[in-house]
Order: sequence, then C-alpha cells, then structure tokens
Amino acid sequence: MQNLNVLSAQWVAPTVDYHGLAPELVVAGGLCLVLILDLFIDERKKWLLSIISSFTLLAAMIPIITLALSETSVRSMFGDRYVVDNFSLVMKGVFLLAGYVVVLLSSSHVEEGEYWRGEYWFLLLSSLLGMLMMTSSRDLVSIFVALEFLSIPAYMLAAWRKRDPKSNEAGVKYFMLGVFASAVMLYGMSLLYGVTNSTLLVDIAATTTATGDFAAVQVLAVVFVIVGFAFKVSAVPFHTWAPDTYEGAPAPVTAFLSVASKAAGFVALVVLIYTAFPLAQDIWQPFIWVLSALTMTVGNVLALKQKNIVRMIAYSSISQGGFVLMPLAVAGMAGSGSSALRSVVLYMIIYAATNLGVFGVILAVSRKTRSGEVSSFGGLFSYAPTLGVLMTLFLASLAGIPPLGGWIAKFAAFQSLLQSQSTWGYALAVIGAVNSVIAFGYYGNVMREIWMRPVPDGDTTPIQIPGSLSLALGITSVATLTFGVLPGVALHFADLAEIAGAIIR
Amino acid sequence: MNMLRDNNWVLSVGTFLPMLGVVVMMLMPKAQDQAVKFVALVTSIATLAVGIFTAMNFDFDQAEKMQFVAETKWISVIKSSYLIGVDGISLPLYLLSMVITLLVVIYSLDHLPNPGKPKAFFSLLLVLQTGMAGTFIAQDLILFFVFFELVLLPMFFLIGVWGGEQRQYASIKFFLYTMFGSALMLVAFLALFFKTGAESFSIPYLIENGGSIAKNVQIWIFAGMFVGFAVKVPMFPFHTWLPDAHTQAPTQGSVILAAVLLKLGTYGFVRIALPILPIAAREWAPYIGGLAVIGIIYGALGCLAQSDMKRLIAFSSVAHMGFVMLGISTLTSFGINAAMFGMVAHGLITGMLFFIAGSVKERYHTLEISKIGGMLTQMPRLGWIFGFCCMASLGLPGLAGFWGEFPAILSTYNPAAGLNVTVYRVFMVIAALGTVLAAAYLLWLYQRIAFGTPKNNSHDEHSAQEELHDVTTHEWLAWSPLLIGILVLGIMPNLLFSVFDPAVQVTLSVFGG
Repeated sequence: MQNLNVLSAQWVAPTVDYHGLAPELVVAGGLCLVLILDLFIDERKKWLLSIISSFTLLAAMIPIITLALSETSVRSMFGDRYVVDNFSLVMKGVFLLAGYVVVLLSSSHVEEGEYWRGEYWFLLLSSLLGMLMMTSSRDLVSIFVALEFLSIPAYMLAAWRKRDPKSNEAGVKYFMLGVFASAVMLYGMSLLYGVTNSTLLVDIAATTTATGDFAAVQVLAVVFVIVGFAFKVSAVPFHTWAPDTYEGAPAPVTAFLSVASKAAGFVALVVLIYTAFPLAQDIWQPFIWVLSALTMTVGNVLALKQKNIVRMIAYSSISQGGFVLMPLAVAGMAGSGSSALRSVVLYMIIYAATNLGVFGVILAVSRKTRSGEVSSFGGLFSYAPTLGVLMTLFLASLAGIPPLGGWIAKFAAFQSLLQSQSTWGYALAVIGAVNSVIAFGYYGNVMREIWMRPVPDGDTTPIQIPGSLSLALGITSVATLTFGVLPGVALHFADLAEIAGAIIR
Repeated sequence: MNMLRDNNWVLSVGTFLPMLGVVVMMLMPKAQDQAVKFVALVTSIATLAVGIFTAMNFDFDQAEKMQFVAETKWISVIKSSYLIGVDGISLPLYLLSMVITLLVVIYSLDHLPNPGKPKAFFSLLLVLQTGMAGTFIAQDLILFFVFFELVLLPMFFLIGVWGGEQRQYASIKFFLYTMFGSALMLVAFLALFFKTGAESFSIPYLIENGGSIAKNVQIWIFAGMFVGFAVKVPMFPFHTWLPDAHTQAPTQGSVILAAVLLKLGTYGFVRIALPILPIAAREWAPYIGGLAVIGIIYGALGCLAQSDMKRLIAFSSVAHMGFVMLGISTLTSFGINAAMFGMVAHGLITGMLFFIAGSVKERYHTLEISKIGGMLTQMPRLGWIFGFCCMASLGLPGLAGFWGEFPAILSTYNPAAGLNVTVYRVFMVIAALGTVLAAAYLLWLYQRIAFGTPKNNSHDEHSAQEELHDVTTHEWLAWSPLLIGILVLGIMPNLLFSVFDPAVQVTLSVFGG
C-alpha cells in the first residue's frame, strides 16, 4: 500500500544543488562539445579534441576545489540518493586527475592511429562522467545507472582498434563478462529491494543483517551484489576477463581500465559496505577475506610467468586489487572501519599515480620497439636512462619499496588489518606480506631487463617522447615520489575522505 | 639549557647531503665522466666532514643520551614522526658508513667495474650512503624501516649491473631474502605499535612501554623482528644469500655490504629488538646464541671448503657475525660492548679484505686460490697488507679483530641473570673452537696465496709483469685509513668501548641491571 501512496503523491520537482553537481555538469558539457565539434571540425584539426577533453577535466577540478572549501560539508540531493561528501569529492578529484593523465597518455597514440578520434574522446569522457556519478550515488538505482554509464563506453573503448582481432576479442570478452556481472548484481539488488522495500542505501542498512527473518535471502543478496563488483575490480575468481582485455585493448585504454575503472568498482564496493551493509559484516567480511587472499596470491603467481609486459601488468593489477580489498576484510570490526576506509582510498590514489606511470613508460618504449614482450625492455637503461630510471621507480613503488609511494599504501593496509587485533586480520597481513615479496619476482624481472640485459636487437636509437607523454610521466613520477617521501600529503586526503552517513567507524 | 638539541640540523645534513650530490649528477649532461667522479668525491668528502663535525660536537661524557635530537612532523596520521638522534651506539656506526663510502668512492675513481656508467654507479653509492646513515640515526620505527629498505634497491643494482658472471641470480636472491625479512619485520613493528596503545612509533616511547606487553605476544613480535634482522646479519640459517651476493658483487659492493650493511641487522637487535621487548629477548637469547655458534662453526667449515678467495672471505663474515650475535645473546653489557666493537672491527677488517680481493682479481684475473701463489715475491706490499688483514681477521691481539672476538667469547662465561649458564658455557667452548678454525682457514688462505712460488698462468711474460704492479696511489689512499683504524683500535680499544659503554648500559637497563 505504501508504494501506491508514493505513486499517487503529487510530483514535486526536486531542488537541484547546481554547485554540488557542477563537476558532473562541466564534464557533461565537455563531452557534448567534443561530440558536436567532431562533426564539423576538419580532419587535420582533430587534435583540438584532445585539448578540449583535457581542459574539460581540468575545468571540472575547479568546482571540486570550491566544493571542498565551501561551508556545507555534505550536500544531499534527490532525497539522499545523490550525496556530495568528502569521500566523493576526493574520489572525484582522483578520477578527474587520472582521466587527465589518461588523456595525456592517449593523445599521441590516438593521433598516430588511423581510427576515429572524436569518438575516442567522447567515450572516454562519458566513462569518466559515470565514475563521477558513482562516487555520489547512494541508491541502488543510481549506483546501477552510474555503473552502466561508466562500463558501456569502456566496452567500446576496449574494442576501439576495430581492425585488430585482439582488440575485438578484448571488447567482446569485457562486454560479455561485464554484462553477466551486471545481471548477477541486479539480481542481488532486486532481492535487496524485495527484503527491505527500499532502494535507498541507508534504508537497506537498517534491516540487512545475517540474523533475523530474511537471513538466507539477505546473505544471497549481499553476496550477489558483491560478486557483481568483484567482476568490476577483477578479483579472483572473477578476474578471467582482465588479462585478455588488458592485452587486446589499446594501451591507453588499458591504463584507463586498470586504474579508473577499477577504482570505480572499489568506490561502489566501499559505499555499499559502509552505508548499505554495515550490520551484515558477518556476511561480507569472510567473503572479502577469501577474495582478497585469493586475488593477491593468484594474481601474483600468474604474473610470475608472463612474457608480455601488458599481461604481466594486468595480473599485477589483479594482485594489487587484492591489497586494496585487504583492509575491507576487517572493516566491520570495532575501531578499524575508518582506518580501513582511509587505507582503501590511499591505496587507490597511489596506485593510480604509479600504474599510470607504468603505462606511460610502456607506451613510450613501445613507440620504438613495437613490441609488448618483457624482453623488449632489455638494456633500456643504456639508451634511454630516464625512461629506465622512471620505470624502475614505478615498479619499485608497485612492489612497495620505500621511499616510493607504494610502501605507504601497503603500510596503511597492513596497519588497518593489525588494528583489528583479530586472528583474521593477522593471518591476512602475513599472507599480504608474503605476497609483497613474491610480487618482486616479476617486478624485479623487468628491472633486470632494463638494467642488466643487453638490447635485444642492438638498436639503441634514443626514444622520442612526445610532449604530452613527458608531461604525464612527469606528473606520475613526481606524485609517486612525493607520496613516498611525504606520505602525509596523500594520507591527508585519504583521511578526509569520510562517507557521510557511514555507520562503521 | 637545551644542549642535546643544539645543532639539530647536523644529522639531517649529514644524512641527506649525498642526495644533493645525486641530484647534481643527474642534472649533468652525458659523457662528463670526470665531472661525475669529481662531484661524487666532493660529496662524500663533505659528508664525512659533516660527520666529523658531528663527532667533534658530540658530548662524549653523556654518550648514553640521544644527542642532536631533531623532531618534525612527518606522517602524523599514522603517528610517525621524523625523529632522529645519535648516542654512543649509533655514532661510531654512523661515522663508519661515511668513512667506508668515501673510501669506496676514492677506490672507484680508477677501479670502476664493468660496464662503466659512472653516473649511475656513483649515484647508487650515494643513495646507499643516505640509507645507511639514516638507519643509524632514525629513532622512529617507520623512519628506520624506510631507511632500512632504502639500501635495498641500490645494492640490488650494484650487484646486478656491475657484478660477476652470476650477478643476476645473486642480486635477486639478495633482494628476495631481505625483502622477505623486512616484510615480516614491518608486520612486527605494526603489532608492536598497536600493543603499546597505538600512540607512537618513536623508539624511546616504545622502550618505555614495550616491556609491559604480555609475554607470549612479545615472543611473536620478537619473532617477526628476528627474521627481519637475522636475514640482514645474516645468521644461520638465513645466510645463504650472502656468499652469492658477496662473490658476485663488484669489489665496492662487497666492501659496503660487509662493512656496513650487515651491521644494520645487528644494530637493529641492539637498538630495537632487545630494549623494546626485554622479556621476549630473554626467551629468545639461548636460541640466538645457539644459532650464532652454529654460524661460527658453519662459517669456518664453509671457509675451509672454498676454492674462491672472495667466497672464502664471505663465509668468514658469517662466522664473524656469529661472534657478534653471540655477544648480543648474552644480554650483558660486556657481551654487547664486545658485539658493538666486533661490528666496527669486522667492518674495517672484512671491508679491507674485500678491497684486497678486488685488487687481486684485477691483477691475476682470477680469484681461484689454486691459481694464485707467491704474492709476497711478486707484490710484496700487497702481500704484507693482506697478511696484516688476515692476522687482524683471525683475532690477533693488538689488532682490532681481537677486541670483538675475545670479549664476546668471554662474556658467554657469565650470561645475564635468568639465562642458562651451562648452555652458555657450552657455547663458549664451541665458539673458542671457532677461533681455532678461523686461524686455520685464514692462515691456510694466506699460505696458499702469499707464499710459495708465483704461478705463471700468462702466456705473455711481459704483459704479466705489467699487470702485477704493486699497490697504487688510489689504493693507498683508500686503504690506509682502514689499516690505521685496525691498528689504532687494536692498541687502544678503549677509544670505542668508552663511547659504547654508557649507551649499552642504558639499553640494558630494561633488563633490570
């Protein structure tokens, strides 16, 4: 009966907080501009589109900053279904900056390929818009819309090199498994709605527990929703799409998928855990514990035997995902909720900077070697010392070696595990510690190629790096180093990132 | 009156000055090899100058107190701060790292190993120096950890790029072992942090509060630290990376590895593990002592079996570090003083032996003991220096080695209260046997290499004569400070003991006297 009342109620136009929506609006405006200009602009001037895209993303940073400085710390819209809080602002900032670096990585790649450029920028901006929406969605429906908004352009981006069968395979595989995951998740969501009679996350929170009347259904619902996002963040055993998609997609797109798209999955997961399932920790904690342990171990072990650099980085990013999940496995325990959230956000910030840097170097090197093999990095240091040193720094950061960014990310994750002072936490910390050692096996292998092996074909002509790529490398390397030496910088943002209405502390 | 905080900039400058040199080198255009060497030399001289300034302003009457303390906010969210300072335990090791780096730079000026690349080589040396110096001054566990790890990558590349035939295998083995240890060590640090109320990572704070942790928890936390430090020392059975790393590393790498890097582990025991977790230390001490004597005997037997001179010296390190750990395991001020002295002495002597091994390799193009002979007739000066170092290494009274080894053995006669005296006396007997074995392998090594008639492997008589030149100027410059140090410390050991002792007493106060 209640539902009928809602339907029959007078329609009231929602009040829209345009300041709160400004970042999304700027990006939406930018992507329309790109789409329209693409129709009229001369083929030789298409490079303008990449400039417009990058400026759009930078312009969208301005409202983020004004929002962060404004008095109102939480802006809630559409009946609390869309919330701009500190968490969403920090993550929006991460997505916009990561998107900006991806634009920089892409521009020379896109210009030199013989494919449709306008669509590339349009799709990229659309996907980013979906990510921005994801950070603020606090309702099952808006989460789902945001998820599809960010995923569908990404499927097309993966298949963007349409004359290349591998790229097609990448797109199709990503699409099929992505849609499958969406279906599973949607099923979970429908169960949740059936049980709680609401799609609003805070309403769901009140009733979803492992005990009580609907226990079995609720377990199923929570697990299905988490499985849906486990696909998105390529957690083992839902990772099978990732290596093929990463290898086949154009390299800048892979960078985008492995950083931004993955982070969007984590954002949704975190929001759900903190605002929708805070009382159901008995369901998701063991589940995430297993996912995390499996993800980092399997990802690492498979990465060890990869010969293709992008495939190796794909498995490495799977394993890094396991480290991001790690603190969530104890997030429901007393006292570790806020530190788990902090370490997840911190990990995403630092991982974004470092992994984009890795792709920057891969792109630069493949311009000369035209190869994706790990062995194509042989002797890099002898003819391109800067790239060699940068790649070493990025890989060392991924491996978590101080004083590079990655160490503080791993450290914070371990810290929140141990903060729970539970056997589960200690056990996962030891698994994580062992895994971070295994990971050096393959990161070290690339370093070995760079520093200690001869150049495979003896061709030591220096590598020409386009300006935009150098800028991207500059940004990512400065970020990686700064976060490592002065971890306070990144930790400050991660610490700010509190989800409004989160119940776990 | 804030005497202990005066001049609080000196430690930071001394630690990070090498990084300035690295930045300058990075900005220099290519193919400026001479300029790169010049910058490296100037930087390391300046660093040592700051170090000497530190020592001159160090108040030796209060060597038990932390001096030149500086504290700044660093990572306030996780309650870690940039807290540095030196006391009588840190200062000698801090200076040792600076001296060794300078000498290695001098030696490298005309002994750059293949494949050259001076810019990268000297940059890595200087980064390494920052890491080593930083580890000895850090008074915050997280800061300690960062510096402790900072030495890993440069050493990995020094071995892997400039090393011998098996360099890639050796470098990755070195890295994985150390990283495994430090990963567990980090988990132990974090557990310690939470068990002391999640207040601070500062070592003085933890020393104050660590003792109240429950016994079985302490034992586990100690286990994590033990693995981290024991890999670095290296103690038996974690030592297997060491012979490979030493054998494959370039001379410079071996010298730094032996002289300073191994001390990071033993220093960690004395500075962190023992004072913070006294109850666990007492429980673990007999096992540490047991592993230490196994290391002594195993290292010595390993030495007797080697046919490669450098590998032999590497195994002798295992034995010598065994004496250091044996001294630490007694938990007495006598034993730990001996251990501290042993660290410095081993740094000087084994560093010197690796220098000699490098020069031998350069002249004979081999380190196979059976292919070398009659060094005293071919190169008398090098031969005598080598003899001097062998004598120092086997613990001849009057040279530095004696004061590390003999008191360590003596201290096991009377271990700290609560430790099983019988067990320690058994250790004492075995360790004493170890010194006999040490004399055996070192004298045998010296006999085979220096005595007898020269073995002619070269087809070309003339070029062989050219190659076998005696000690060069650069070598004299790099070696004489070490040789003088070995002699001076051997005659006047109190120079060091008087610095160590007050700080060691303070460290041991957690054990109740």
